[in-house]
Amino acid sequence: MTVTEERPPTPEEEHEAIEILWEEAPGAPGFFASVDHKRIGMRYIYTAFIFFFIAGLQALLLRAQLTSPDSQVMGPQTYNQMFTMHGTTMIFLFNTPVLAGFGNYLLPLQLGTRDMAFPRLNAFSYWIFILAAIFMYSSYLVGRPPTGGWFAYVPNANKTYSPGINMDFWGLGVTFVGISTTVGAVNFIVTIFKMRAPGMTLNRMPMFVWSILAMAVMIIFAVPALTVGTVLLEADRLFGTQFYEVAGGGSPLLYQHLFWFWGHPEVYILFVPAAGMVATIIPVFARRRLAGYKWVAASLVGIAFISFGVWVHHMFATGLPALAMSMFSAASLIIAVPSGVLFFCLIATIWRGEVEWTTPFLFALGWFLIFLLGGVTGVMLGVLPFNWQATDSYFIVAHFHYVLNGAVVFPIFGALYYWLPKMTGRMLDEKLGKISFWIMFVGFNLAFFPMHVLGFLGMPRRIYTYSEGLGWETLNVVVTFGSALFGFGTLLTLINFFVSKARGKPAGGNPWNADGLEWSTPTSPPPECNFESIPVAAGRHPLWDSEKLEEAESGTDDATKSMGPSGALNRQTPILGGMQSDPEETMEIPEPTYLPFVLALGIAVLFVGLLIEAALVGVLGLVVAAIGITGWLWRTEADLQ
Amino acid sequence: MTRARRRALSLPALGLVLLAACSRQSPNALDPEGPAAKSVASVAWLMFGLATAVYVVVAGFIIIGALRGKKESRISDGAFIWIGGLLVPCVILGGLAVVTVKTTDTLRKPDANPLRIEATGYQFWWAVEYKDEKVTTANEIRVPAGRPVEIGLHSKDVIHSFWVPQLAGKVDMVPGQRNVIRFTAEKPGEYRGQCAEFCGLQHAKMALLVIAEEAGEYQRWVTRQQRPRGGPSSEREAAGEQVFMRSSCAGCHTVRDTEAQGTLGPDLSDFGGRKSLGALATENNRANLAGWIENSQSIKPGNLMPPVQLEPDELLNLLEYLENLR
Repeated sequence: MTVTEERPPTPEEEHEAIEILWEEAPGAPGFFASVDHKRIGMRYIYTAFIFFFIAGLQALLLRAQLTSPDSQVMGPQTYNQMFTMHGTTMIFLFNTPVLAGFGNYLLPLQLGTRDMAFPRLNAFSYWIFILAAIFMYSSYLVGRPPTGGWFAYVPNANKTYSPGINMDFWGLGVTFVGISTTVGAVNFIVTIFKMRAPGMTLNRMPMFVWSILAMAVMIIFAVPALTVGTVLLEADRLFGTQFYEVAGGGSPLLYQHLFWFWGHPEVYILFVPAAGMVATIIPVFARRRLAGYKWVAASLVGIAFISFGVWVHHMFATGLPALAMSMFSAASLIIAVPSGVLFFCLIATIWRGEVEWTTPFLFALGWFLIFLLGGVTGVMLGVLPFNWQATDSYFIVAHFHYVLNGAVVFPIFGALYYWLPKMTGRMLDEKLGKISFWIMFVGFNLAFFPMHVLGFLGMPRRIYTYSEGLGWETLNVVVTFGSALFGFGTLLTLINFFVSKARGKPAGGNPWNADGLEWSTPTSPPPECNFESIPVAAGRHPLWDSEKLEEAESGTDDATKSMGPSGALNRQTPILGGMQSDPEETMEIPEPTYLPFVLALGIAVLFVGLLIEAALVGVLGLVVAAIGITGWLWRTEADLQ
Repeated sequence: MTRARRRALSLPALGLVLLAACSRQSPNALDPEGPAAKSVASVAWLMFGLATAVYVVVAGFIIIGALRGKKESRISDGAFIWIGGLLVPCVILGGLAVVTVKTTDTLRKPDANPLRIEATGYQFWWAVEYKDEKVTTANEIRVPAGRPVEIGLHSKDVIHSFWVPQLAGKVDMVPGQRNVIRFTAEKPGEYRGQCAEFCGLQHAKMALLVIAEEAGEYQRWVTRQQRPRGGPSSEREAAGEQVFMRSSCAGCHTVRDTEAQGTLGPDLSDFGGRKSLGALATENNRANLAGWIENSQSIKPGNLMPPVQLEPDELLNLLEYLENLR
């Protein structure tokens, strides 16, 4: 490299050389070309949070309409568009990508490596996400947002009952964003199996890594069903096929099966990494190792497995045979067992620990108290006769907000308070964080608990208005008040973030005295190359296990030559594989490149072509994509020389 | 933190109190009026009880665990995991599985000699047909109190869901298939129901009423519907009939024994006896009906019925005619 003198470089010179080598171009060129997992991870998180606040605003407007009977805040068209986009945004543009963002940022650091297994694929997956998000939201620009609800049941979502391009924004957008999720999952799995630090056996992986692994495996098996579902929907809409048309021998229930075969695992795709975050945060602030490590890992994997056997509980009212439904009812009950194990491992951890009442811990505790209720109502919904009353009522709305908002968003906020100091180098304010938590917690329960009751009082979901005299008025006022409070609580965290960016306390390397390898980098944010020398994991809690973290040294063979600083100096990182993480070979980390962006852009143009049914635009997209992927593969050959 | 604990404990209880407070005026699933809804309600109460107990115990462990500090404990990690995580959930869930199977079995069992009705969902109203009696109506289903009812559910357009909480759980109306819902309304009364599957623009205003009557009263209604329709009883009514047949009304609505045989909108043969307009969108009275005919889009925007332009006199005659359809 740049060091050509005779004498060996001093550590300082080496350090400087590494920094220069890994530095990315400033401004737009660097922005569009970056393949650094940390930048991509942050981008994921920031972008997703923009959508979090958009969806939150939509929720508050929906609540404004429902506060009083026969209210005129908005008409049915606007209301239906807004709840469709609220759900779609929260699932596809916030929860899924924000967890991918944390995974992207944290995995290489927690595993002790210098980047993801496929850094360019990582960049590609972000570009697909943001372009798909822009694609879906451009529906507002042309005044045609989708109206069919976030699960777009046919026939209501077909061309006859949803004419216009509104639902195409949804059908194509969801197909589009699925690409991002899938390639991201492949990247996670390969990274986890091939990039672990020496000594980090599967048995020693951080619990967050286990949860991302379970999530990624679920994605690989679940998302194809969604893609098939939406592709067939769009084929029906755009090309007149009859997959879901009764008149043509198709079946509307086929769509529901495809959708929920993804849709139920999706709940766990979101829940499992969130639980992984909690299982990371709890031991750190209980100052005690996680009790029942293997139990927790097994329950996360078990949840992932069973989650594929419960989808029909979304369809209990569709008139399926009782015996078939009983099987799914049983599976829906059984999935509570691994959740119970997970719960009690964490309780056991806290029980004999010494709790430090930090903001991340509070959010983890909030997860407990909220998910407990969401889990309990989930069991209720698994019971067939109960489900027939509760499904599609506000009871369901309450239940899935306890699970998806409470049990996922609370850990994400906890994770922000916990890991953001590593990412930005500055602490968030603890006092403001705690206020934010309490307001969110109280607001959340005021907003969503009464919805259980409303469901039993006969209020169906997705109604834009209701008449006076049904006994729903008071509770709806409480719900609106609670949601406003919850929204205000999240704003306090947003303010906290900006204040911290401007003048937060410097975080140092390991502000929480935590155990994981991500805290072993001397600085926050970590150096561009993560680790100049690859760390050695001597146990499950590397920073607690020994006074000083052991670092690997470069060997002479191909498998170990990049372990030490010389690896960082050559933009290399070791590949380690198998159960024991034995060194196998060395991987070249690709240079920054525009090609992932070009490929993603081409695909976006293709989707626009399908949307406006313009073959020429579609072909143009394909050409751009072909250029992108050809260049990409070409360079791969060169890089590997 | 005791505050959080009290909150945690009081939440389920608070909900139940609220539920009881609101029950009188609502279509409340926990205020059941028939065996189907009753058996679900008892399952629900059983689970609310269990859930509250589970919540209190588990949340108690979490909060006490967090507050007790670093102390030795006789409860080992393994005990927590094996007993709390595995054993207790398995016992509770096993019990629930038995309850599920038994209740499902009871609910799915056909009754002897039920009243058979076919109901069809449309955007955004319900067609109701009594096959054996050869009677057709819409949006309001009359049944004799105490007699089991079996309704075949259909859809002519998108998926709807038939839900009358006080009588039974919901069953979807899926195009291309016939689902069945069974219930018995034990006491005379009006039971409000509503479409529970999002079905488009006016999903919110697709409600229905099940009206349970004493057997004799129900039979009188059926007999009236089966008798051939007599001519108009006044001049105004006769003029109103003319308006109905001449204007666009007859193209979409049916009035039995007349030339009006349209099927796009609800059958109006017993319209005068109905309590509501537009599938419970508003009360059926003269002022609302006039408004509905002039422009139903202002009451239920997006429903299929276009505004109808009539001279004031024609409108009055038409109202007279419609109010006397029984």
